[in-house]
Parts: sequence; C-alpha cells; structure tokens
Amino acid sequence: MGDIGLLVDGFATALQPLYLLYALLGVTLGTAVGVLPGIGPAMTVALLLPLTYSLEPAAAFIMFAGIYYGGMYGGSTTSILLNTPGEAASIVTALEGNAMARAGRGAAALATAAIGSFVAGTIATVALTFVAPVVADLAVQLGPQDFVALTVLAFLTVAAMFGASPARGIAALAVGLLLAMVGTDSLTGQQRFTFGLPALADGIDVVVVAVGIFAVGEALYVASRMRKGPLPLVPVGGSWMTREDFRRSWKPWLRGAAVGFPIGTIPAGGADVSTFLSYSMERKLSKRKEEFGKGAIEGVAGPESANNAAAAGVLVPLLTLGLPTSATAAIIIVAFQSYGIQPGPLLFEQEAPLVWTLIASLYIGNLLLLVLNLPLVGVWVKLLQIPRPYLYAGILTFAALGSYAVGASTADMILLFLVGVLGWGMRQFGFPVAPAVVGLILGPIAEEQLRRTLAISQGDPSALVTSPFAAVVYILLLVFLAAGVYLKRRQSRVEEELVHDRPETVPAEGNRS
Amino acid sequence: MTIVVGYVPKPEGRAALQAAVEEADLRNQPLHVLNTSRGDSLVDPSYADAGDLAEVRRVLEESGVPFELEQRVGGRDGAEEIVALAERLDASLIVIGLRRRTPTGKLIFGSDAQRILLDAGCQVLAVKAGPGGSGAGR
Repeated sequence: MGDIGLLVDGFATALQPLYLLYALLGVTLGTAVGVLPGIGPAMTVALLLPLTYSLEPAAAFIMFAGIYYGGMYGGSTTSILLNTPGEAASIVTALEGNAMARAGRGAAALATAAIGSFVAGTIATVALTFVAPVVADLAVQLGPQDFVALTVLAFLTVAAMFGASPARGIAALAVGLLLAMVGTDSLTGQQRFTFGLPALADGIDVVVVAVGIFAVGEALYVASRMRKGPLPLVPVGGSWMTREDFRRSWKPWLRGAAVGFPIGTIPAGGADVSTFLSYSMERKLSKRKEEFGKGAIEGVAGPESANNAAAAGVLVPLLTLGLPTSATAAIIIVAFQSYGIQPGPLLFEQEAPLVWTLIASLYIGNLLLLVLNLPLVGVWVKLLQIPRPYLYAGILTFAALGSYAVGASTADMILLFLVGVLGWGMRQFGFPVAPAVVGLILGPIAEEQLRRTLAISQGDPSALVTSPFAAVVYILLLVFLAAGVYLKRRQSRVEEELVHDRPETVPAEGNRS
Repeated sequence: MTIVVGYVPKPEGRAALQAAVEEADLRNQPLHVLNTSRGDSLVDPSYADAGDLAEVRRVLEESGVPFELEQRVGGRDGAEEIVALAERLDASLIVIGLRRRTPTGKLIFGSDAQRILLDAGCQVLAVKAGPGGSGAGR
C-alpha cells in the first residue's frame, strides 16, 4: 500500500505548475523529434544533457520522460502521412497507416494511433507502477556476480537484436566497450588507452561520445546522402474514427499493450520488435485478412499501442536494475549518473521521491500527448518543411556547444567530431549504434561488478556462475537469444512479405517528363 | 521564342498557367512549364505530385498549345531556376503567380516573385489568383 502513497506524493510533485511546464516542454520536443525522421529521442536527450546540468533532477527527468514518450507518438504521424517512419518503432505503422491515408482515411488512422498510444501507454505505466517496486525488492538481494550475469545478458541481447546481424551488433558493442575503457583505472591507477595524452587520462566523457555518435554521426550521415526530391505528403482527410473503427480498434489496443510491455522489459531490442510482433498477430487474428496491406485499421492500432507499452516496459529494468535495453534508456542512465545517482536496486529506496515523481509524470505526459497530438497534427506536419540543412546545422551547433559546456575543453570538441566521424562510419557501413552506446555506458558498471566478484572469490572465476540467480540468468540468456533469433526472423519475414506486397512504396524521384 | 511558366500546385500557380496558355495562344509561341523544388526538405508544398502534374498536362493538352512540362529538383531556388531557364531558352515572357504576402512575411522569407521581376532579362507577367481563379487581375 505504501507504493500507492508514494505515487500520490509523486503526483503532488509532478502536478506543480513548474514541473507541468517541463512535462509540456518535454512532450512537445519529443513529438517534434518523433515526427522528424532521423532525429530520435536518444539524440535529443543526449543533446539536452549538458543543458540540464543546472536543473534539479526531477525537472530534468520529467522532461526526458516526456521526450521519450513523445517520440513514440510523433513517429506515427510521419509514418501515416509520409510513408516514412519517423522512428524505427513506427516502421510497421507506415504499412497500414499510409494505405489508410491514401484511401482518404488519414484522420481515422492518426486518431487510432494516438488513442491507442494513450491507452496502451497508460496501461503499461500502471503495470510499471506495480511491477517495478517488486523487481526492485528482489534486486536488492542480488550480489555482484548476479549483476555481472545481468550485464552480460544485456550486452548480448542488445548486440544480437539491433542491426542486421549479431556479428555487426557485437562489433558495435566492442567499440562502445573500448571507448568506455579509455582513462585511468580506478583500482590500480593505471592508464588505459590514453596514448600518454593528459586529455584522455580522465576518460572520455560519456556525453561527448553519446552526442558524437547520435547527433554528429547522424548529421554527417544525412548530409552525405541527401539529394532526394520531396516526398508526397498525403493530406489529412476523411472522417474521424467511426463507431466501426472503435469497435475494430479497442482489441488491438489492448493486445498491443499486452505484447509491448513484456517485450519492453526483456532486453529484446526495445520497442521495434514489439511492433512487428503485434502487427503479425493482428493480421493473424483479423477476420479481414484481405484488408491488410490496403489499410486495415487494426494494423495501425496494434503496433502503435505496442511501441508505447514497450517504452514503459523498458523503464522496468532501467529503474530497478540499471540495465538499459535501448539506446534512449542508455542515455537516460547517463542522465542519472550526471546527477550522481546510480539507477539500480537501491534507487527505489534512496531516491523514492524522484522515482515516483518520474512515474507520475509518465501518466501526465501520456495525457498531454493525447491532447497535443490529436488536434495539432497539421502543425507537426509543417515541421517537415524545414530545409534539412538548417535543421542539421542547428543540431551540429547545439552538439558542439553542449560538448564544450561539459568540460570547457577543446579536447572534448576534437573528440566529439572524431566520434562523430565514427558514428557516420557505423551508419554508412551498416553497424547499429545502439549496442555501442549500451556498451559504453554499461561497460564500466560491468567491469566494476566483475572485479568485485573476483576479489570476493579471490580470483576463482567459477564464482561467476555458481550463484543460483546468475545460473538462471545465463540459462535465460540462452532462451532469450533463441527467442530473439525467432522474433527477428519473424520480423524479417513480415518485412519481406510487405515489400513483396507493395513494391511501389519507393517515392518517385523528380523526373523530367 | 518561348514562354516560360513557373508552376506551383496552388491557386496562384493555376492562375499563372491559365494566363500563360492564353498568352501562348495570342503570341503563337510554345510554352515551357517548370515546377521545381530545392529538394532539401522532406515535404515541399510547391512541388507538384504525380496527380497534379497529370492535371497540368491535361489542361495543356486541351488548350492545343505546343508545350513542354518539366520538373526539377536541383538544390536551387525556384526564382533562380526560372530565370536561368528563361535565359537558356531565350524566352520572350515569363509568367508567374503571385500570392498575398504581408510586408513582414516578405521581409523574413524574401520573395521569389520579386527576384524574378528584378533578375529576369525579358518581360514578366505576374498573375494573381482571382476569386474565379482564371487569371484575372492583369
């Protein structure tokens, strides 16, 4: 019962006008970056990190939570009206949603996406409210060897799930781990990978790397391959959701929540996988299979609900174990660390007011997003008219400014752009960036726990697997990997079928006629 | 000699097209209809989509005037493209559509129409979309 009391306290804090303002700022920014393809919540939070150092933690996290949820809402708008997913988690939405929009039912598609996101997001937040404290209670009893097991689990599943192949994921992970190693070893005082440079002796600031990989890397990548005509934007048309639409939507909303939340909590690639799973489930269950591919409302309602539910699910391992299972989650961990807070089992005890305020702000953010998204679609779509050179020039300026603000050192600036080139290269050659960021942030935690385990066991490595919890985790890891491979295969099969069904999705280039 | 038309899929663009057709008929000269986008934003409302282009083609074909319809994504402003095309074709006339602008709007965003009027080496016919939309207001 104590948890409910704490949640009410959280609401009392989050409903203060100042915090409401931060929540509004967060969801507005989040929707904007969600709408714009290529700019996601991870990049936005990374860019804002240096600016929020002066804020108190609660304000910063309320804003970040808004950005995180808002990104999921905004992505659907671009998917439906432009047939270009604003976010990876909205790829599936483009399939049915754009078909609906072209059939003149854009308004209904946008409405079912927004309401589904709200319904599923709220259900998943309720689930988070009740599941997280239980997991936290269990997590307090874990020893260092158990945490080693959990970090190994997170490393391998994230590496295996993001990107085209596990080998590429593991390579990206290794890059992140290597960057995390740079600096002075805290136990022995030895310098690692510093090349004798004093600037590297303190290690590379995580914010610099995150901003470099996400913002600079993405900007360079977009700049390197830009020449492409404007895409046809389907105008928002048609009637709002009819009674029939509601009847067909509410079950997919609930099923999407049921699929998304658990997928979010396990390290299985975050929200993207859940949308594919939800889509194929809706198609299987639908009585009107022939409508799929031509604008079935279930195919919008399910996946859009699933990705919001998964976004809430991701917060369970993040808040209770300190395990990031997506790129955005990894950046939020950095945000916690920058306030001297280590997310993990003790978070719910030591930072209870902060955590509960954050959870309360998720409820509020969800409501704000519904209000912000349904009537204002036209405004969000206008964002797509911004010439991209302006947009990315702004991002680069912001990235440089932020990185300089972290340490006021030119070495950081040089590092920022070096890492940016690395980020560009990873995108260019098809390496996922998320495992690199997860490796970078979780690497030091994993190392510390590993060495603590070995110190306690006096160098006996078998201590790593003899604890019952660790053994269970390693077995689960095998199960997850098997399930992950299965899900991934499902996902690519669905993708293939869809590409096969609709070969005309590639927008026409400007041509002379 | 050719008549160059700057086309945008908006009322003023359609008015310009209409006026250009009349002018081409009078002068007995071919039309060159140009629609452009700088191509650096994801969505550009002045870039005609396939349906709109088909409509333009239909209007032109019905008029019986010899024409060429061109669409370009070149990274240059519409004004630059039009003036350059008129120079290349040694055009006798450029036809453009005007929209209502506030002085502030013009100050901030500049005006393609103004740049065409100033830069063009030939006559320019500026057309306003009338209430009837048929090239009134000359």
